[in-house]
Amino acid sequence: MLEADNLECLRGDNRLFAGLGFTLAPGELIYLQGRNGAGKTSLLRMLIGLLPPESGDIRWQGESIGKQRDEYHAALCYLGHHNAIKEELTPLENFHHAARFAGQDMDEDAALDALAQVGLAGREDLPCRYLSQGQKRRVALARLVVDRRPLWVLDEPFVALDVAAVDWLAQIISAHLQRGGMAIMTTHQAVEIPAGAVRELRIG
Amino acid sequence: MLKIIFSVIARDLQLAMRRQADIVSALFFFVIVVSLFPLGIGPETDLLRKLAPGVLWVAALLATMLSLPRLFADDHRDGTLEQLALSPYPLGLIVTGKTIAHWLVSGLPLALIAPILGVQFDLAADALWVLTLTILIGTPALSGIGAIGAALTLGLRGGGVLLSLLVLPLYIPVLIFGAGAVEATVSGLGGDGHLSLLAAMTTAAIGFAPWASAAALKIALE
Amino acid sequence: MIDRFNLYRFASPATFYPLAGKLIPWFAAAGVLFGLVGLYIGMLVAPTDFQQGEGYRIIFIHVPTSWMSMFIYLVMAFWAAIGLAFNTRLSGMMAQALAPTGALMAFLSLWTGALWGKPMWGTWWVWDARLTSELILLFLYIGYMALVAAIDDPRRADKAGGILLLVGVVNIPIIYFSVKWWNTLHQGSSVNLTKSSMAEIMLWGMLLMALAFWMYAIAVALARVRTLMLERERNAEWVRKMLSEENA
Repeated sequence: MLEADNLECLRGDNRLFAGLGFTLAPGELIYLQGRNGAGKTSLLRMLIGLLPPESGDIRWQGESIGKQRDEYHAALCYLGHHNAIKEELTPLENFHHAARFAGQDMDEDAALDALAQVGLAGREDLPCRYLSQGQKRRVALARLVVDRRPLWVLDEPFVALDVAAVDWLAQIISAHLQRGGMAIMTTHQAVEIPAGAVRELRIG
Repeated sequence: MLKIIFSVIARDLQLAMRRQADIVSALFFFVIVVSLFPLGIGPETDLLRKLAPGVLWVAALLATMLSLPRLFADDHRDGTLEQLALSPYPLGLIVTGKTIAHWLVSGLPLALIAPILGVQFDLAADALWVLTLTILIGTPALSGIGAIGAALTLGLRGGGVLLSLLVLPLYIPVLIFGAGAVEATVSGLGGDGHLSLLAAMTTAAIGFAPWASAAALKIALE
Repeated sequence: MIDRFNLYRFASPATFYPLAGKLIPWFAAAGVLFGLVGLYIGMLVAPTDFQQGEGYRIIFIHVPTSWMSMFIYLVMAFWAAIGLAFNTRLSGMMAQALAPTGALMAFLSLWTGALWGKPMWGTWWVWDARLTSELILLFLYIGYMALVAAIDDPRRADKAGGILLLVGVVNIPIIYFSVKWWNTLHQGSSVNLTKSSMAEIMLWGMLLMALAFWMYAIAVALARVRTLMLERERNAEWVRKMLSEENA
């Protein structure tokens, strides 16, 4: 369970939000809503521990995330604005490196299967430089297929995806929630997630 | 623990192999700078022999500086750095891996080519050997200390120039002992003392600098 | 025992700003007083050196500024450590406020060193271990100021500057000893300041001048830290209140 308690965020002289709190239990999804600049991305960066909150506390399984950084990171999967894809490397290589940095062992078949699922079959060995924006995004998203970490933090996961891919990703997120996973994400599109308890959280 | 370091080294080496032009241009920079000195000061072999250790070492410092701005900048730009910072392994270990990879593609080639350039300066065989050894031992410290500067200046305007401003003064001890060892060998005093001190500095830099870099990276990612 | 609560209260800009304002005149006055007495001793009371004549009197500026340039760097590193450990807002501002004064001291030390060198060894600059280290120290100050100036977000600037200061302070002894070793190896000329025959009155003169520079450094740093506070906290409640009171 992820709990946020009385969070405050300052950016320069601006107070983006204060007194923000919520809990996220297994099987739940939080949609983060708010206008541009309301602090959605800042909140996500606080939740993953990159941005220390001005005040307030974030707890994972009852303990403050600052006190259990390594354990928390092992339970956390973050997908940001950037794809974290190396242009020089192939989708398969990118996939392998990402898995290793996350401390997971990845077998070749699972990786190929995940890439095939996002429609990159036949392009596994092509340097990512030759892929389109949407395809690069899919390489990044392919990690979610095999990711079994309980907490997903996704920043605008639907951007640059076509309709079919949006549906596919919604399925992946549902499956994650059904497995008892948790997710919090921002999005500008209204996407129906078929399963799990979906809530909205509005900031700003 | 070692596994993550090796994973990072493997990835950075793989990336470096895909863009070999970067390695080669830093190497050529080293060769050209060193070759310019005789043109600037004249071809007298006595003078050149005396200047060789200093010239080669200063050129090695500058060549190392050349690749430092990109050490974290590429990973920062494409979001990989965030993923590295979110890895369940301590960021210091990851930076250690990146530092070692940086040395393998920047410091090691310098050491390999240095003896050839030393010949241009009429260095004797024993001096050439010590020159290679000092660059081999000393450049890891340059990568380690340089990584701190690269992390501190990550994403800043004019980061490259600022980086040299921060890092070059910290390179002075390495320069003194590196060039000193060669000079002591040339003058027949023996450079063993210099070499052990250089090794000590490198050990300290590889051990401690990555943690300072990691702290600086966390600040840059806020 | 330092009460944690009080420490934080003292470190809060709202409390510190008026306190600093009250302290500045006292430190400034002390600086002037020590300076006058120190100069009097240095210029008039201290005996003429039998070897160096009157020229040596520049050490009453040179030596205290060298001391202060190193001392201020240590103080900055101290504030950096406090700032990184306790995340206090004041610490980073103190380090930043001290930096220009530290750089000025290093510069004065080099300048007076050069002025002294000309009549003593007939050259403006010698690669003496002390002067070389002082030059590197000046580089470290400039690097710190350049880094802090390049970062827009003041908090990131404080923290990044703090790390640089700590790295620098670890390196200073290494740099100093390597330069010293380099110097003895090359048998460079050396400024021998600590003459055994140095008259006691000269030591007093130098100490008083050091105190004068110290007081000056504190007064200037406090004035600078007040400006930094106003700039950073211009939207804070206490600044608005104070400004409206001043305007009323």
